[in-house]
Amino acid sequence: MSKVMSMRDAVAANVHDGDVVAIEGFTHLICFAAGHEIIRQRKRDLTLARLTPDLIYDQMVAAGTARKLVFSWLGNPGVGGLHAIRRRVEDADPSPLELEEYSHFGMVGRYTAGASNLPFFPLRSYFETDLPKANPLIRPIRSPYGEETVYAVPPLKPDVTVVHAQRADAEGNTQMWGLLGCQKEAAFAAERVIVVVEELVEEAVIRADPNRTVIPGLIVDAVVVEPFGAHPSYVQGSYDRDNRFYRDWDAIAREAATTQAWLDEWVYGVSGRAEYVEKLGTERVASLRPSGAAPSGSVDYGVYR
Amino acid sequence: MSEPRAAGPGGGSAAGVPGAPASAFSKSEMMIVAAARELAGQRVCFVGVGLPNIAVNLARLTVAPTLELVYESGAFGAVPARLPLSIGDPTIVTGATAVVSMFELFSFYLQGGLVDVGFLGAAQIDRFGNINSTVIGDYDHPKTRLPGSGGACEIAINARQVFVIMRQSKRSFVDRIDFRTSPGNLGGAEAAARIRREEGWLGRGPSVVVTDLGIYHFDDSGEMRLDSIHPGATLDQIRDTIGWDPKVAEPLATTHAPTPEELRLIREELDPEGAYTK
Repeated sequence: MSKVMSMRDAVAANVHDGDVVAIEGFTHLICFAAGHEIIRQRKRDLTLARLTPDLIYDQMVAAGTARKLVFSWLGNPGVGGLHAIRRRVEDADPSPLELEEYSHFGMVGRYTAGASNLPFFPLRSYFETDLPKANPLIRPIRSPYGEETVYAVPPLKPDVTVVHAQRADAEGNTQMWGLLGCQKEAAFAAERVIVVVEELVEEAVIRADPNRTVIPGLIVDAVVVEPFGAHPSYVQGSYDRDNRFYRDWDAIAREAATTQAWLDEWVYGVSGRAEYVEKLGTERVASLRPSGAAPSGSVDYGVYR
Repeated sequence: MSEPRAAGPGGGSAAGVPGAPASAFSKSEMMIVAAARELAGQRVCFVGVGLPNIAVNLARLTVAPTLELVYESGAFGAVPARLPLSIGDPTIVTGATAVVSMFELFSFYLQGGLVDVGFLGAAQIDRFGNINSTVIGDYDHPKTRLPGSGGACEIAINARQVFVIMRQSKRSFVDRIDFRTSPGNLGGAEAAARIRREEGWLGRGPSVVVTDLGIYHFDDSGEMRLDSIHPGATLDQIRDTIGWDPKVAEPLATTHAPTPEELRLIREELDPEGAYTK
């Protein structure tokens, strides 16, 4: 059964006010197209979970979609802070934003526990730090097999996880390569999964390389085909990280007025990703293509009858 | 004070190796070069965002050609063809030894004990190498909200040793950090060693702090000690930019100035836009 639908329909059907939403992807494969559609549909009171809120949550927070962030690293990598989020946190401007903070390994462990139906995930972290004081959900736990104490984090089960990938078939069997972050864990932990891909492929393409399938269609609710849907994030082998935009955002987000003007122009002012890409222009898009090809060698799975 | 001796790659003496005059390089360039040289002989390094990124990549091109770069984004044995702005970038994937999920990276590689050096930056550090990268001010009502731990907390606990690179200032080198994001030598070496043993940490904690003014290692009490001062820097500058009375090695070495090749690599290959070296 085909699950292919428009971004508008996928978000309308799967993202509701008050939901816990995870648009994952660690620097790579961050689905800005889905975040922008959530802004356009004026969803409210969301709890936004991501290891690195990145520009996408800075934009979603600025647009008023969120009441809470669950995260582990709150910055614009190599550039600086996330100013819209900082205004909410430091000055409650225009309203406070609740924070629930972990480390990267803690967040990865939370998704892993959520995906595995476990009550907690144990890890060797947080010893002698102030993080368990800042977040009482990070708790010490004694090993049942000895004297050792480790820390535990609770499962994270998003209402909906959005995963961007290179390709999927119509059923939602999804393949990706490059940095995988914790997209798989976040998808398996979620109640509903939206997969957004650069390319829709035949089932035979998926079956020809089953090791590359990260998310099975079994857990996927919607498949959206949205080329360039991760920009200004990137897709390995397809387009580069738009570092110029990551730097530009630092100036845009410093003032509430310029942030809103940007949202008006680039999110509310376009009907969807296709129009955004058109507005971005062919020159900018071409400048982000890889400077050459680096294909993997192929492997032989063999035929066994 | 006795005649300063030059400290070369790895902190050893390198008198006679030609280096640029102090006026010919910036303080940031000196800091990056000094940090890179500290990685000589290391095998596996976990690369943090920002300054560690350029220092580790310079080390790979100079003193540590067999260094395996580990990026928390999931790349092991990365060979970036350009300096990535972010620690997640397509260039750290192409040609890497392995690309793994973050679960594998943090569980098997880091917590499993395979990382020799965790290389971190910080907003605040105290004399025992405890690090704050979370908030300035009160946690619930912060004056400045910083990025937070990322992987730093578990890197500080599980990497075999920790290197720190950061610029010196009274605001960053403080008597008391506002929030402990990543543990260093806690309140002193003795207690820290006991706690590490009891709690099963793999790491022995911070071993070097490289700043724009000098190189610090940790003495037997677990406190930072200035072992080498960069050319052009003075002890007055050191003391004016540190929130406690720092211990100073006797004799105090002078860091060898960057070589023309180190400067060329930074300026032409690693950071042609000057993002890290301004």
